[in-house]
Amino acid sequence: MNLTSILFYSFEALAALSSIALIFVRNVFHGALLLITGLLALAGIYVLAFAEFVAVTQILVYAGGILVVIIFGIMLTTKLSGKPLLIEHAYRFSGTLAGIGFFALLIFSIVNASFKNLPPPPTRLTEIRTIGVGLMTDFALPFEVAGILLLVALIGAAIIASSTKSNKT
Amino acid sequence: MFPIEHFLYLGAILFSAGLVVIITKKNMIMVLLGVELMLNASNLNLVAFNQLYPENINGQMFALFVIIVAVCEAAVGLAIVIQVYSLHHTSVPGEVDELSD
Repeated sequence: MNLTSILFYSFEALAALSSIALIFVRNVFHGALLLITGLLALAGIYVLAFAEFVAVTQILVYAGGILVVIIFGIMLTTKLSGKPLLIEHAYRFSGTLAGIGFFALLIFSIVNASFKNLPPPPTRLTEIRTIGVGLMTDFALPFEVAGILLLVALIGAAIIASSTKSNKT
Repeated sequence: MFPIEHFLYLGAILFSAGLVVIITKKNMIMVLLGVELMLNASNLNLVAFNQLYPENINGQMFALFVIIVAVCEAAVGLAIVIQVYSLHHTSVPGEVDELSD
């Protein structure tokens, strides 16, 4: 068991534990922090899975963008009384049943699937140059559409969030 | 290089946890967190299978576009949550029931 394996399985354990803890947590702020912990552990797994560009994108987007947005959302939807925002759980039985059932289905499929005919394991990272050339050639259309989607989401979010109560009445 | 099953087990755990979070939490922001968790479970599977074929990058590209869509979903979703909170003074999805009988 070398250092890479130890890192890989610690990242896996961290991601799994933080996602399972997200089920039980009742404070929304703690939930956001647990989610970010899990997503950063996933970024570590991506590095070990030879996808470093996706890993860096994951860190930049989630730790830099979505965490800030979620924490702003939490702050703007609490009454700022100094108390932490505790939430209730509903549909406990059916939710647990659906989760366990779906998990059992997935595990059943994975265990029964045959992964014997897979190609030999790779030993090198995907070069970032390959991804850049791919974005400009094979994936030029999705790249442009993604840019338009980001612009639309930016304008839409700004307009939805900025219309205050004063122009409703 | 690690066995592909270990990636898939972690993906199954993340997806099921996201499903339970979406169903059981009575808070819109927690529901959004569950959606993010499920999207990341799919991303993990895309990256895990892409590493077996280093000569093409389709899986990584798909993962990148999934991340882009997740960002848009989070931004617009939280804007809607803030607006609903300012109109209804609640962030519990079940209490926004103007259109129900």
